[in-house]
This record gives sequence, structure tokens and C-alpha cells, in this order.
Amino acid sequence: MLRLIRLPELAMRSAPAVMSVSALLTIWEAYVDLAGVPPTTLPAPSRVITQAFVERAALLSNSWPTLQATISGFGLSLAIAFLFSVAIDFAPRLRAALMPVFVISQTLPLVAIAPLIVLWFGFGLLPKILLVALVTFFPMLVALARGYAAAEPEIEELLTSMGASRWKRFIVARLPASLPYFFAGLRISITYAVVGAIFAEYAGAARGLGIYVLNAKNNFRADLVLAAVFVSSLLTLILFSLAVLVEWLSMPWHRVNGDDVE
Amino acid sequence: MTSAPLLDIENLSCRLGNVDVLAGISLHLKQGEFISVLGPSGAGKSTLFRLLTGSAAASGGSIRMNGQPLSAAGRPFAFMPQRDALMPWRRLIDNAALGLEISGMPHREARRQIEPLLAEFGLEGFERSWPHELSGGMRQRVALLRTVVQQRPILLLDEPFGALDALTRLKMQRFLEALCLRRRLSVILITHDVREAVLLSDRIYVFSARPARVVLETRVDLPRPRTEPGRQQTDVIAIENRILATLFEGEDQP
Repeated sequence: MLRLIRLPELAMRSAPAVMSVSALLTIWEAYVDLAGVPPTTLPAPSRVITQAFVERAALLSNSWPTLQATISGFGLSLAIAFLFSVAIDFAPRLRAALMPVFVISQTLPLVAIAPLIVLWFGFGLLPKILLVALVTFFPMLVALARGYAAAEPEIEELLTSMGASRWKRFIVARLPASLPYFFAGLRISITYAVVGAIFAEYAGAARGLGIYVLNAKNNFRADLVLAAVFVSSLLTLILFSLAVLVEWLSMPWHRVNGDDVE
Repeated sequence: MTSAPLLDIENLSCRLGNVDVLAGISLHLKQGEFISVLGPSGAGKSTLFRLLTGSAAASGGSIRMNGQPLSAAGRPFAFMPQRDALMPWRRLIDNAALGLEISGMPHREARRQIEPLLAEFGLEGFERSWPHELSGGMRQRVALLRTVVQQRPILLLDEPFGALDALTRLKMQRFLEALCLRRRLSVILITHDVREAVLLSDRIYVFSARPARVVLETRVDLPRPRTEPGRQQTDVIAIENRILATLFEGEDQP
């Protein structure tokens, strides 16, 4: 059943990306070497990698809390977004009442909100979860609401003629119709989630990539800042790939000719 | 021709917002009869179906089934909407089973009822296909199968072949005529296509522009099957011309 992309094909497809990234790294390395830039300003890629290896234990132990905050916060956000999306789908008045509140929640500057949330909820996991949820809730809600509305009116009329209740129509037509929108939202939100978690840690935390970056910066260790950036990018990419995989598995009708990633 | 009508619609009217859509429509359908509703776009033909299926409410008139008023529960209509309304996330067989599933039949039982019909509808071997993998004609046949398998007394077909290319439409008309003759189906067809109405119907109702009323009711007393190639005689053309004259006449009114 599972028709995964074949290896040579994958190599062909990723070749341009690999080449452009290696070219970029080579130019960076050469520039630092030839111009004699001090590592406290701009460390060479080779230095970032060797220092990351030396500091691997610290990097790894600081990645766990970030990952934990990202996943818990995103999970919470998904659950709340789903509940609210269903509620406003069934009650248009509720939608009119709540949407402005949600929109305003998106206008709050994170720089101001993050320290406040840390102030109210301490240095533990909770404020990070809340901040990740705050950042990712709205895009997911909008994606779901949009997706329900994308159900063809003909399909709903058909279901009505068959005697389906409003709830049944939601389950059979509106919910499946929302899947492509849901996954589009998921891909975007998952990247926000990691950034949100790191930002929350930056505002105050005992452990995590955010606080690690802050400490490295205060010690003039640009190489370790970049190492942490690299780790967080890797984390984001892994979560993003997971989202794409789940999308691929849950929408078999969307993959005809093997290519689905737009 | 003395049998009482299966469906009897009296003076049905419908007002949506500030717009009068139907202004007193009366029509009837006998057991095993095929009738068509013709009319200009936006005349309210689809609204008639919406009133029958319960997607909209009438503002006056009556709908009687075997002499009894329609009860809210258990409507006697199997509806095929414009376009095919197949769900892209359901395989062919699960799309065909939709009506049975909604009526509460277990999934497996619904499939068991559909499997023997696949050959008749020319869909054998495709039961696991996704809708986007099917041709336009096949999609329409799935939609028809989904409608027929519900075993309701009356089929409501809303411009079923409107989106098909000319050749596929001819094939589907042949298929539908043969299906109706074989199964003695009672059908109301909405269409824009005068030729299609004449070929398929026992009687035709022509609606005026909105607010719709019946401006012409005409019998089509021609031998069947009429959709075989080379069978279209001058009689078909004559009826067609009469209907077209009525349609154009309506257009000239202020």
C-alpha cells in the first residue's frame, strides 16, 4: 500500500537544494578564513559544528524542554482550536462574538506578552505551553473554519435529502472537506510553535534552547548561539516532516501520482 | 391512464427572502412515469427539488404522496444534485453507499447491496477507485447508482448531464432511458436541454422565468426507446419546436 518515494528519485529532487546549501556554507567558511573575522562576531561553519559537538550534551538536554513545550502547547492549541471551530460552525452568533477576541489575541506583541506570562505563571513549563498555544491557536482555528465552509453545498443538500441531521452532515461532509485546509494550517503552525516555545524560554526559563541562546549570547559565544539555532531548525524540520507524513497518510485520495508536496 | 398520481403537487409557492421563486406550481407524477421540468436558468426549478427534499420550506400549496401529505420524516425522494456531488474522500463503493449508510444501514450490508449492481452501471472493477480517477460519464453513473440504490419511490434528477461533453451526454441519456424502462422508475428530471427532455420524458412541464409557473404541459407520445442513434424522427423535432416557441415567447414578456 505504502508507495514511498524511491531513493534515486529523492536524490535527484534534493540535489539542487544540497548544492545551494553547500555553496553557501563554503562561501561563508572562506570569507571568515580570508577576512580574519573574529569568532565572537561571526564563527565559521566548521567552528559551529565542532563546538556544537563539544557542547552536544548541553544542547541535547536543553532541546528536550523546548520540544516538550512545543508539543504540549501545540497539542493544547489543536484541541482548543477544534472545539471552538465546531462551536462556531454550529452557532454563527458565537462566531460573531468570539472572532474579534481571537483576532485581537493575534495583535498582541509577543515581546510584551511573553515576559508577562512568565511573570504570572513562573519559570516552569506552563507559560511556554500557553505562549505556544497563543501563537498557533488562531491559524488552526481559521484553517478549520475555512475547511468546513469548503464543503460543497450540493453535497450538503444531498445529505439533507437522505435525511441526515446537521450533526451527521458535519461529520460526513464538513469535517472531511476541512482536511486539506487543516493540514495547510498545520504545516504553518508547527513552525510558529517552535519559534513560540523558544521565545517563551528566552523571556525566562530554567532550561531550554531559548535560555541557552540567551546565556551563550551573554558569554559572547556566537558559535553556540548558531549551534542552538541549527538545533532548533532541525527540530522544526522534523516536526514539519511529521506533519507532512500524517497528511500523506490521512488523505489517500490526495496522492495520485506519488507527488503531493506543493 | 386512469391511475391516481403517485405524487401530486398543488399550487406550490415559495418565497425566499424578498423574492417570489415559485408562484403556484401544480404538477403530478404517476407510478413508473418519467416527467421533465424545463425552463430558463434561475427559474426556480432547483428550488422545487429543494422543497421536495426538505432543504427549503414552501410558503404555500401542498405536496401529496399517494393522497397523503408529506411527513417530515421518511421523505420518498432520492435526489441527484447538479454536478455529481461525489465525495472526493470516499472510494466509488463508499460514495454509492452513502444513502444507505445515512439511513442507518451497516457499512458491510450497504456494500453487499451495491456490489451486484456495479455491472449494470458499468462500474465493475472500479469499486476501490477514487472519484478523481473516474471519467465524467462514470462519475455520473456512480451518482445515479447512489440515487437508485436508496430504493425510494421517486427519483429527482437535477440537470444530471449538464456538465458532460456532448457525446458522453448522449451515452448517458441512452443509459438512463434503458435503466428507467428496465426498473420502471418514477422520475422527475430538471434540464435545460429541450432535446433531452423530449427523448426521455413521458410528459414535460415548461416553467416561466421567475416567479415560476407552468406555462406548458405536454405529452410525448413517441415509441421507446427513443435514444437509440438514428431513431430521432420528425416527431421529436416537432415537439421540440413547440416547446422552444413557448420558451422564447416567455422571454419577450416584460
